Amino acid sequence: MSTLKIDQVSKLFRSTSRGGGLTAALRKVSFDIPQGEVITLIGESGSGKSTLGKIILRLVQPTSGSVTLDGKDIAKHPQRAYYQYVQGVFQDPFSSYNPIYQADRVFELVRGTYFPRMSAAEWDAKLEGVLDAVALNPADVLGKYPHQLSGGQQQRLLIARALLLDVKFLVADEIISMLDASTRVDILNLLVKLKRQGLAILFVTHDLSLGNYVSDRTIILRHGAIVEMGATPKVFGNPQHDYTKMLLTAVPELHKKWKHSPLGPVTAAGDAVVAVDSALATDVISANGSGAVATAVAHATLLDELSHAEAVVKRDLRAVFSREGRGSTVVSSLLEPPRLVEFEPDHLVAEPE
Amino acid sequence: MSLTVENLSVAYRSRRGDITAVDNVSFRLADGEIMGLAGESGSGKSTIGNALIYMDPRMKLAGGKALLDGKELPLADNDAMRKLRMTEVSLVPQYAMSALPPTRRIGKIITDLLRSHGIKDRDEVLSELLRRLELIGLKDEILRRYAFELSGGMRQRVTIIMSSLLNPSLLIADEVTSALDVSTQRAVGEMLIEFRDRGYIKSAIAITHDLSILAQIADSITIMYAGRLAEKASTAAITEAPLHPYTQALIASLPEVGVRHEDTTLTGIPGRPPSLVNPPSGCRFRERCPFAFDKCTETPPFAEIRPGHQVACWKVSQEHGGGTRVTVPAGAIADGASTEGTGE
Repeated sequence: MSTLKIDQVSKLFRSTSRGGGLTAALRKVSFDIPQGEVITLIGESGSGKSTLGKIILRLVQPTSGSVTLDGKDIAKHPQRAYYQYVQGVFQDPFSSYNPIYQADRVFELVRGTYFPRMSAAEWDAKLEGVLDAVALNPADVLGKYPHQLSGGQQQRLLIARALLLDVKFLVADEIISMLDASTRVDILNLLVKLKRQGLAILFVTHDLSLGNYVSDRTIILRHGAIVEMGATPKVFGNPQHDYTKMLLTAVPELHKKWKHSPLGPVTAAGDAVVAVDSALATDVISANGSGAVATAVAHATLLDELSHAEAVVKRDLRAVFSREGRGSTVVSSLLEPPRLVEFEPDHLVAEPE
Repeated sequence: MSLTVENLSVAYRSRRGDITAVDNVSFRLADGEIMGLAGESGSGKSTIGNALIYMDPRMKLAGGKALLDGKELPLADNDAMRKLRMTEVSLVPQYAMSALPPTRRIGKIITDLLRSHGIKDRDEVLSELLRRLELIGLKDEILRRYAFELSGGMRQRVTIIMSSLLNPSLLIADEVTSALDVSTQRAVGEMLIEFRDRGYIKSAIAITHDLSILAQIADSITIMYAGRLAEKASTAAITEAPLHPYTQALIASLPEVGVRHEDTTLTGIPGRPPSLVNPPSGCRFRERCPFAFDKCTETPPFAEIRPGHQVACWKVSQEHGGGTRVTVPAGAIADGASTEGTGE
């Protein structure tokens, strides 16, 4: 039985747009993902939910803290073996494909890496099986270019691609936000089916009703820190944190109208410039795994390893950290999350920030 | 009557012949009405939206017409339509990020837009722009920003402001809330309502696959299936008492807050919509419909079952039909959300 353990993971980004401010995308986030569970990670843009998914998929390095699979840091697992067990499906199917190749090339790449010796007949049967699992007709999708497929079809192809491997952990980052309502729930039911077969799923979403429907445990992220976590019925049935309550009132429901009031200023949370999702946000700080705030000296060493392209950012950072003490104060205050208090068994709530 | 669409058919050219993506569609939009247009991918909802503003070279008007404020829209004539775009008909595209050029500041994009549409008095428009930015809580400082510096919600609101800047009669909002957070979704949805209330736009078509958003912002909802209209009624009638089997199945497949998999396993609609290359005759939902019977091999008319409630289904017309008008159940339009939306 494998467990993916996320321990005190923090991630700092440096925004190039806001005068070089630091953005704490994740602040000392800890939880476990046991097999056979769906964990929903809920948060708005900029809350760090996608960053955490990317860290688990080894696409982003944490600034501090560690993610371990079976007690071993994920960075130390051989890459090929790691991706056989841990796979991801992302938010935007339109940018997951190379437009000049046929869409089913994503399958061929998997075959080339993981099943080079499989016979054509075996491969076709395997492919048909996974396409059937995501309710796609092979004739509709195979041999087509991405622009010939709908967003829903593209997304289901990517789930099928992950299923081709021997996945134990699936990071599903907003995978159904672009699917049709009539097939959405089928994908959710599919996730539950896969979960019962032992798959662990980190279901990243901003849609509370979908998260509630599918998950065993729920984690609410805000500004990179956990504000509420626990068993899904407890978090949704008896939300304690003001932020959770606010999210629940904004959910559009079929049978209940929002109270429309004339527009006033919109809350800062929705307006924040999202450095995390911005292509120009650059990863600049890294620390040792102890979780301690990095010192200027440690940084200087790490900075030397950064690529040439990051040279400009590097200079700015040196400026931040050369001012004695100030840099680390900024970093530590950025990283300190609100304290989590047990409200009831399996239900933690953060203190107000 | 703001918009009247009569027997509109739109086809896509393909090497295998024309594919009729919108087949003989008629509907009306009252002044001040926000009509929700919902359906699955490939149902033709975006095609209707695009046809009303810009027929790209792949598209072809296969029949029918559209009247905006009594004047026929020259749908097939791109040059003539260009004069009406932004001033009479405007579109908010689905992907705000792709709609905003990455190398130009927001303010520059807007002045370029005004210049290319031949707006003489740009200063006045720009001061109106600042007022509207302030109204929705965006600082005028964003005019000096680039698109990538804005969050998704900010970008989407900027595109709505741009599209509605010249007070168009019809605003087509294509999936404007799909990629946003719940609280931002709410801000964008309320912005549409607010702009309609203030007369910045006279009427709007909100195209989306998300019925719960439409339940919040739309006065009436039109459901499309495989290129045809399946049902049109007031928002309350669609969400509380839908008649078409497709609408019923669609609503049943939506998880509401509080519904959990362990307690209630929802089901999607089995099967998939028919290919439009050689669509089957008769009702196109027939294959997936639990109530289908032999009559369904004929194409059902889009009949008015109750005042303001049109359905294309043989079963429904048999049960409610025979020319007798059934009274609308209390509650169906009780909240007054849209008596104006469905009235003639």
